[in-house]
Amino acid sequence: MKLDTNTINKIAKLARIKLSEQESKDLLKDMNSILDWVEQLNEVDTDKIEPLANISSSSLPKRKDQAEDINSSDEILQNSPDKLEGYFAVPKVVE
Amino acid sequence: MNNNLIKGNKFEWETIIGLEIHAQVKSKSKLFSNSSTAFGSKPNSQVSLVDAAMPGMLPVINQYCIEQAVRTGIGLNAQINNYSVFDRKNYFYADLPQGYQISQYKYPIVGKGKVTIDFKDGNSKDIRIVRLHLEQDAGKSLHDQNPTKTYVDLNRSGVALMEIVSEPDIRSAEEAGLYINKIRSILMYLDTCDGNMQEGSLRADVNISVRKPGDEYGTRCEIKNLNSIKFIKQAIHYEAKRQIEILEEGGIIEQNTLLFNTSNGKTRPMRSKEEAHDYRYFPDPDLLPLEISQTEIDKLKSSITELPDDRKKRYVDDYNLSNYDASVLTSDKHVSDYFDEVINSDKSLKESSKIVVNWITSELFSILNEHNIEIKISPITPKYLGKLVKLILENVISGKIAKDVLIDMYNTKKDPETIIDQKGLKQLTNTSEIENIVEEVLKENQKMVEQYLSGKDKLLGFFVGESMKKSKGKANPKILNEILKNKLSKKN
Repeated sequence: MKLDTNTINKIAKLARIKLSEQESKDLLKDMNSILDWVEQLNEVDTDKIEPLANISSSSLPKRKDQAEDINSSDEILQNSPDKLEGYFAVPKVVE
Repeated sequence: MNNNLIKGNKFEWETIIGLEIHAQVKSKSKLFSNSSTAFGSKPNSQVSLVDAAMPGMLPVINQYCIEQAVRTGIGLNAQINNYSVFDRKNYFYADLPQGYQISQYKYPIVGKGKVTIDFKDGNSKDIRIVRLHLEQDAGKSLHDQNPTKTYVDLNRSGVALMEIVSEPDIRSAEEAGLYINKIRSILMYLDTCDGNMQEGSLRADVNISVRKPGDEYGTRCEIKNLNSIKFIKQAIHYEAKRQIEILEEGGIIEQNTLLFNTSNGKTRPMRSKEEAHDYRYFPDPDLLPLEISQTEIDKLKSSITELPDDRKKRYVDDYNLSNYDASVLTSDKHVSDYFDEVINSDKSLKESSKIVVNWITSELFSILNEHNIEIKISPITPKYLGKLVKLILENVISGKIAKDVLIDMYNTKKDPETIIDQKGLKQLTNTSEIENIVEEVLKENQKMVEQYLSGKDKLLGFFVGESMKKSKGKANPKILNEILKNKLSKKN
């Protein structure tokens, strides 16, 4: 499998990462060599094997349905560059 | 047979609809954090560090939400999967702090199922369910408060949703309405979701395409985020018509995500989705696969008492109600609970269940609607309504007077018997008293009597009306009619 610059640019866009032309070229080279390396796994026959979601053998920890009254407004808005009456204010998202 | 076809200018078209319903789990805390899910709280006051996606925070799943998803799956007659996986659905949006939504993709907690919808004409239809999966809700964005800003409240961020996906088995707006009503009632019987569409606890995305009967499926469009059955129906009507017009003019349908404008009833493409979505799902490394044993499933199964279809069957079998009447009655659990309480308040009412249904669905509803009161807090208790119906059945009062008594019962919260005693409303069944009234009426209207005798049969109604008026509405109509006919025939 070989990636091209378009695919690199698409991945960058989906990840909201801005790339210069040079960075895009470098990444293309890096990613292709990573993919080549991973490609070796194709030599293993996995036809009758279900995909594994996690390698841990323990089971999913669960919690009880108990709500905590945290009144988080002030704390949660602390890092916000812009806010109004308890809301985060972000550049307009047009629908 | 197929009366769902829409006539275009050139052809007849069939609408193909599938629904994705998002139902908020009725839990106290969120799916992966212990912040509260209470609706209408101060903005951003219920946002834990997990919900805000602060670095290093780990999600821990809410056991109760898992149980409610399983119970809902059982209510949808669906396969419960012993093994399911949480995945990350990646996209960027201002109200999604993580940059991904934790959802289930390839291995949902609930698989294939089905629900039945009932039509007025007595027919029923099964709608197949593809799956139900658990996922996080996003925050809420307010777009219309400021010309250059969007305001974001993360209180809803991380609340547990059950996404219920149907097969494209729905063929009309009416069927879509019946389907979502059925899902809503199942959720409310199970108490796994409060079903409140206004507050957004239940919303739907509608997938819709059209085709000529017998053709392959056409290209579909998805209308996002509809939060009332009325809007769902309107959106389907509009969108089907739009697609038919394009196709009949030789155009093609572009697969698109649409928004429905509730003020003008039209759909339009969502601008933010210009670029086709590529969610790059992958298993969330923070969460282990979810395993549920058959023992746990069986235990949850036994916690389910009566579902709408069970209750419907009971009404048809035990009370002789029609399938449709029973399905209307059972669709709202509170209405159906009320009906059960009325019927159980007196043994004799079981025989007259149809009359009880009518008194609930016409008279009681009209008073409650007028005052905008929900049936579960009705000032007229089921026991008193039962008493009232019994008084009608025993001919103590007429149905007409009972309507006035019902209004009094609403206003005073009094027992119907007390009201009838205090106001002297007992029906007149004493034959000689009614005879006296009839005599008077006939004497006062001699001309009419002559006309009646010369063939104007319709005047009987006039005499009944006059006599009834004279008795202040209290004369037993059956006895009154008999006496009148009897007296008039003797004059002949």
